[in-house]
Amino acid sequence: AKQTWSLPSQSFHSRTEFGAEFRRFSLERSKPGKFEEFYGLLQHVHKIPNVDVLVGYADIHGDLLPINNDDNYHKAVSTANPLLRIFIQKKEEADYSAFGTDTLIKKKNVLTNVLRPDNHRKKPHIVISLPQDFRPVSSIIDVDILPETHRRVRLYKYGTEKPLGFYIRDGSSVRVTPHGLEKVPGIFISRLVPGGLAQSTGLLAVNDEVLEVNGIEVSGKSLDQVTDMMIANSRNLIITVRPANQRNNVVRNSRTSGSSGQSTDNSLLGCPQQMEPSLEPEEEDSDDEDIVIEDNGVPQQIPRAVPNTESLESLTQIELNFESGQNGFLPSNEVSLAPVASGPSTEFETRAPDQKLLEEDGTIITL
Amino acid sequence: MMKFRFRRQGADPQREKLKQELFAFNKTVEHGFPNQPSALAFDPELRIMAIGTRSGAVKIYGAPGVEFTGLHRDTTTVTQMHFLPGQGRLLTLLDDSSLHLWEILHHDGCAHLEEALSFQPPSRPGFDGASGPPSLTRVTVVLLVAAGDMAALGTEGGSVFFLDVPTLTLLEGQTLGPDEVLRSVPDDYRCGKALGPVEALEGHLRDPTKILIGYSRGLLVIWNQAAQCADHIFLGNQQLESLCWERSGSTLVSSHSDGSYAIWSADTGSSPTTQPMVATTPYGPFPCKAINKILWRNCESGGHFIIFSGGMPRASYGDRHCVSVLQAETLVTLDFTSRIIDFFTVHSTRPEDEFDQPQALAVLLEEELVVLDLQTPGWPAVPAPYLAPLHSSAITCSAHVANVPAKLWARIVSAGEQQSPQPASTALSWPITGGRNLAQEPSQRGLLLTGHEDGTVRFWDASGVALRPLYKLSTAGLFQTDCEHADSLAQAAEDDWPPFRKVGCFDPYSDDPRLGVQKVVLCKYTAQMVVAGTAGQVLVLELSDVPSEQAVSVSSVDLLQDREGFTWKGHERLSPRTGPLPWPTGFQPRVLVQCLPPAAVTAVTLHAEWSLVAFGTSHGFGLFDYQRKCPVLARCTLHPNDSLAMEGPLSRVKSLKKSLRQSFRRIRKSRVSGKKRAANANSKLQEANAQLAEQACPHDVEMTPVQRRIEPRSADDSLSGVVRCLYFADTFLRDAAHHGPTMWAGTNSGSVFAYALEVPTAVAGGEKRPERAVEAVLGKEVQLMHRAPVVAIAVLDGRGRPLPEPYEASRDLAQAPDMQGGHAVLIASEEQFKVFTLPKVSAKTKFKLTAHEGCRVRKVALATFASVACEDYAETCLACLTNLGDVHVFSVPGLRPQVHYSCIRKEDISGIASCVFTRHGQGFYLISPSEFERFSLSARNITEPLCSLDISWPGDAARARYPTAT
Repeated sequence: AKQTWSLPSQSFHSRTEFGAEFRRFSLERSKPGKFEEFYGLLQHVHKIPNVDVLVGYADIHGDLLPINNDDNYHKAVSTANPLLRIFIQKKEEADYSAFGTDTLIKKKNVLTNVLRPDNHRKKPHIVISLPQDFRPVSSIIDVDILPETHRRVRLYKYGTEKPLGFYIRDGSSVRVTPHGLEKVPGIFISRLVPGGLAQSTGLLAVNDEVLEVNGIEVSGKSLDQVTDMMIANSRNLIITVRPANQRNNVVRNSRTSGSSGQSTDNSLLGCPQQMEPSLEPEEEDSDDEDIVIEDNGVPQQIPRAVPNTESLESLTQIELNFESGQNGFLPSNEVSLAPVASGPSTEFETRAPDQKLLEEDGTIITL
Repeated sequence: MMKFRFRRQGADPQREKLKQELFAFNKTVEHGFPNQPSALAFDPELRIMAIGTRSGAVKIYGAPGVEFTGLHRDTTTVTQMHFLPGQGRLLTLLDDSSLHLWEILHHDGCAHLEEALSFQPPSRPGFDGASGPPSLTRVTVVLLVAAGDMAALGTEGGSVFFLDVPTLTLLEGQTLGPDEVLRSVPDDYRCGKALGPVEALEGHLRDPTKILIGYSRGLLVIWNQAAQCADHIFLGNQQLESLCWERSGSTLVSSHSDGSYAIWSADTGSSPTTQPMVATTPYGPFPCKAINKILWRNCESGGHFIIFSGGMPRASYGDRHCVSVLQAETLVTLDFTSRIIDFFTVHSTRPEDEFDQPQALAVLLEEELVVLDLQTPGWPAVPAPYLAPLHSSAITCSAHVANVPAKLWARIVSAGEQQSPQPASTALSWPITGGRNLAQEPSQRGLLLTGHEDGTVRFWDASGVALRPLYKLSTAGLFQTDCEHADSLAQAAEDDWPPFRKVGCFDPYSDDPRLGVQKVVLCKYTAQMVVAGTAGQVLVLELSDVPSEQAVSVSSVDLLQDREGFTWKGHERLSPRTGPLPWPTGFQPRVLVQCLPPAAVTAVTLHAEWSLVAFGTSHGFGLFDYQRKCPVLARCTLHPNDSLAMEGPLSRVKSLKKSLRQSFRRIRKSRVSGKKRAANANSKLQEANAQLAEQACPHDVEMTPVQRRIEPRSADDSLSGVVRCLYFADTFLRDAAHHGPTMWAGTNSGSVFAYALEVPTAVAGGEKRPERAVEAVLGKEVQLMHRAPVVAIAVLDGRGRPLPEPYEASRDLAQAPDMQGGHAVLIASEEQFKVFTLPKVSAKTKFKLTAHEGCRVRKVALATFASVACEDYAETCLACLTNLGDVHVFSVPGLRPQVHYSCIRKEDISGIASCVFTRHGQGFYLISPSEFERFSLSARNITEPLCSLDISWPGDAARARYPTAT
C-alpha cells in the first residue's frame, strides 16, 4: 500500500494515507511552513477536518517516526527523497508501538500493523515517545549561579490529577555568621507523599532544607507563612533547597571552595538578591491566568490589559489552555508550543545538517 | 525584569515624603469596659476615678473624653489603688506586694499618666512576730495618712509598716508590730493566739495622728501615731472583713465573715470595749456569707447610710452578687449579674463639714460599672457616658458608618432617649467630672454598630474618645423563641425578701443562639438597615420616629435551587410571629427574608436607591426587591462534592461529641489494660524495658514536629460555596456604551459572579421607583485560578476611585463618579489583589500578597487618607489586615505596597476577626470581649484623648515638711 513518486527538486510530493485512503500532493520543499498548517492541510486533503490524528512518516531507514511539531516536520520534509510517505492514524485507534527508531528493523511488518490494526494489536502501553505529549514536571534551574550546595527546583503542577505531595516542618540548621557558627531555625521537608510529584521527580528529599520559595527567602518566616507561600505559588513552584544528601553534588571546578560542607551556608546571604531578577519575570508571566465566562457561556482566559512580550509566555499556559476547552483563544498558542518540543528537536538537528538551508529559502505551500 | 526593578527601587524620595504625610500608625484609645478589673479608686477632690486590672493596667477616667492609661511593667494584678487627694498621683499595690506611684504630668498642655516610682518590699526569710525583726511579707491593706505624704501598710503577719510616699521609702523606726499592740490587750483576750493579718486600716478625717487598725481575729485598735500608744481597744471576737470609721470619729462599723456587722462606740472611756452597741446579721438567721466591705455615711436629713457588699444567705442566695443599701427603714438589695470588685460613694470629704451627704454610689463589677443616684428617691441608676459594657451580650459582628448626616444622627439619638427612661431634671448627672477634654469637637459623626449574640444591634457614638451608647435595636421580638416562658416563671418564683433589684445590663446568656446577628448594613441617607442572622434571617428595617403596630412581610428564598442529594441537618429556621406586632420608636422591621436552608448569613449588602438587598450563605446567594417584596434571583454556589456545607454546623458538633466519646472509651480501655498488665509481673518488666527504650531515643519525640502539607486548593474543598462578599455598583458590565446597575458576588473558592440588573428608574424627583419587576441577568463569571476566597469586590471609576455609596453622589455628598473613562473592578481574595478592566475583562494590576509574604488577607477596606501637609490632598488606598495581624496599605488602582505596620498579635485570632476599618483610615478591633482598641493608619485622622487636669500638689513643699526618716 505504499508507493513512491519521483519529484522535481524544487518541490516535493507527499503521499499520505489515512486508513485505506491515499492522497498525493506536493509541497514547496524550501518553505514547508509550520506544522499546524501542514496538519490543517492533511485534514483538508483527507476531508477529516475535526478528527484528531497522529501523523507519522517513514524516514530513510524505513522507520516510522512521528510528525507533531515544527521541528520534526521540518526534519521529515528534509528527508523527502523526493517522495515523503506519510501515515495518518486516528488518535483514539493509534498504535503507538508502531513508532520508533528501530521499528522496521525488528518488525518488518510494522506498516501492515498500522494499516490493519486489529490483526495483532499489542497491549496498549505507556506512550513515551510522542514529544508533543512531553511536558516538564520539574526542572533544576540556575545551576550556573547557585552555590553547588544548593539546588533550585521548579515543580510544574498540572490540574489536580497528581498532588505536589510533600510536607514541611520546622527545624534548625547551622549557619556560618560573623559571630561564628550559629544555630538558626529553618524549614525542612519532612515527608514525601508516595507517588506524589515531589517524590517522582527525585529532586527533593526528606530533610532537605528549604531556603527560598519563588525567590523569596524563608528565613524569619513561620511554618504557616512558608506553607501559604508555597500553596500560593503552587502552579509554578520554585524552591531552593539545600539537599540533606550532599553526595550527589556536581563539584564544579570553578568553585571548589570549602563551602560544600554538610550544613554550612555562608554563601546564601548574597545569593538570593542577585538571583531574584532572573526569577521575577518568570514568576510574573507564568501567572495563573484567571478565567472569565461571558454571557455566551464560553470560559476564556483573562488577557492582560497591557500587552507584554509574547516570547515570555510560558509553559503553564498550555495547561490552562486545555482546561478551558481548547478554543485556541490564546494568541500565543503556537509560540508557547515551541519550547515544549525543543528537547527532541535537537536530536533531529544533529541528523539534519541541511535543515538550515531549508529555513533560509522562501517557499510556499502548493497543492 | 523592569517590573522587578521598579518594585525594589521604589524609594522615590518625594513619594516617601508624601507617604509620611499620609500614613502613620497609632493605637489611640481603648473603648469599652476594661477587661478583668481588679481595683477601684476615687479622688473626691479632682473627681477622677481609677480602675486597675488583672493585667496590670491602670485607667483613669474623669469627665467624658478625659482618660489616662498606664501599664505596669509586670502584668500583675492591681490589688489596691489610692489617690493622693488633689495631687493627680496614684499609689498602686500589685499582687506581688510591690507599690507603684503614678503621676499625671502635663506635656505640651496635655496630661499623661506616667509611673514615677516603685517600691518592692524587701523579702526576708522568717515570719512576722517571730524572733528577729518583723519582715514586710505580704501587704494586705494600704492607708494614706497625713494628706498622702505617708502610707501605712498592713501586712499578713499583723504588722503595720510606714512608708514615705514622695520617695517611696520605708520609715524603718516606726513599724508597729503585733506584740506592741498585744501589750495593751487584757490577758484573757490574748490567750496565746496571734492577732492574724491586718484586715483593715482607717484614718480619722480630722485627726491625722489616729489610725484605726483591724486585725483578722477581730481586735480593733485606735492607734495614736503621735503618742505611739493605743487610744482605745475593741475586743471583737468575730473574724473581721472590713471597717469603716464615721467622720466624727465616735462610731465604728465592722463587718465580719459570718455575714454580720457591728457598730461600736468610740466615746466610752479608755477601758477596752468588749461589746458593740449593735451587732446584726442583716440576712440571717440562716448562715450567711461574709460582708466583704462596709461603708457608713451620715446625712444631714438624718438616717445614715449603711452600704455593704455580700452577706447573703449562703444556701438560698449564696450565688448572688449583691450590694445592700440601707438607710433608716429602707433596704435595697442591688442584684448584679457579675462579681463585685469594689465600690465607693461620692460624698463630701472636707473635714469641716459635719455630714458626708453621699451623692452617688459607684459599684465596679467584673463586667460593668454602675452608678446610683443616692439623692433622688428610689436611687435610680445614672447612665454612664463611657465605660459601656460592649459585651453585655457577646459581640458577633461590627460595622462602622462614617460621616453620618446630622438629621439621621438626631433621629437615632432621640430613638435612644425614648428607649431608656430619662432621668428627671433634678436628678444627679454623672458625678465623675474631673479634668477638661481638650480634643476638638469631632468634625464628623461616626457610628459604630455592634451585632450581638442575643439578636440586638447596638449603636455607639464613635466620633470621639468616649464610646457612648446611643440606641439599641432588638430583633428578638419578631421571633418565637423557646426561652420566654422560663423567664416569667423565674420572676414569679422570687420572694419579696430580700428586696432584690436587678441593676446593670450585663447579660451574657443568650436566649437562642439562632438570634445572633451576623451582618449589619445601614444606609445613612435613607435610614434603612439590613440585619442578617445565624438562622438565615435577613431583616430589612426602617427608622421610624413614632411607635407603630404592623405585620412584617415574610418571604423565603430557596438557595439550593432544587439541587439534589443534600439534606440540611443544622438548626431550624426561626419562626416569626404572625399578625401585627407593636414596634417602639426606632428601627422597625418591614420585611423578613428567610434563606433556606437556614444557614448563617455570610454576606449581605443593601442598595436603598434600588430597594434591593442581596444576601449570601454557605449555599448560595439571593437578591430581593423589598419594595415589591419579591425575590429577584437565587443562585446556588455549592460544589457537588461539598457535603459539609449541606449538613450544617450541628453535624460537626455531633462529630465532636463522637470524638469525645471515643476518647473517653480510650481512657477507659487504657485503665482496663493497665490492670491486666499489673497482674502479670513478666509483662511489667517488658513494659519497663520498652519505656527505657523509648526514653533512650528522645529525639524520636522531637522528630515528629508540626508539619504542613503543601497542596494547592482544589475546586472540591469543603465549604467552597460560601458566599463571602456581595456588592452593588452602577457600572459597565456588558458593553462600554451603557452603564447600569450590577450585582457582584464572590465565593470561598475564588469565583466571582456579576449580574446585570434591570432596575426600573424612578421618575425625576420621585423617591420610589415604579412598580415593575427587577430583572437580573448573569453577565460575567470570573474564576480566580488560585481559588482563594474572595473577600471584597469594588468597582473603580474612570479616575481609579471607588464608586460612591448609593445616594452619596446624588445628594452632593461625594464627587460624582467618572462614567466616561474605563471602569475597573478590584477583586481582593485572601491571597491576591487584582484589578480587571470593564466591561472587557482584562487583567490590569495585581499584587500577590501570599506568594510574596506568606500571609493571608483577613480584612480589607478602601479608605481615604488625607494629608497632614496639604488640606485637600487625599488618596484612596486599600487597607488590609493579614492573618499575622499586620496592616498593609496599597495604592489603588496600582496596588503598590505603601506601608505596613504590625497591629495585632498573630495569636489573637478573635482580635483579628473582629477588626473593622473606617472610611478615613482608622480601625477598631476587640482586645478583650469588652474592649475595642482604636487605631489609626492615617497621619491626619486621629482620635486620641487630649485632656488636662488641674492639679495642685505641694510637690517639693511636701517633701520639705516631712523629711524622710532614716
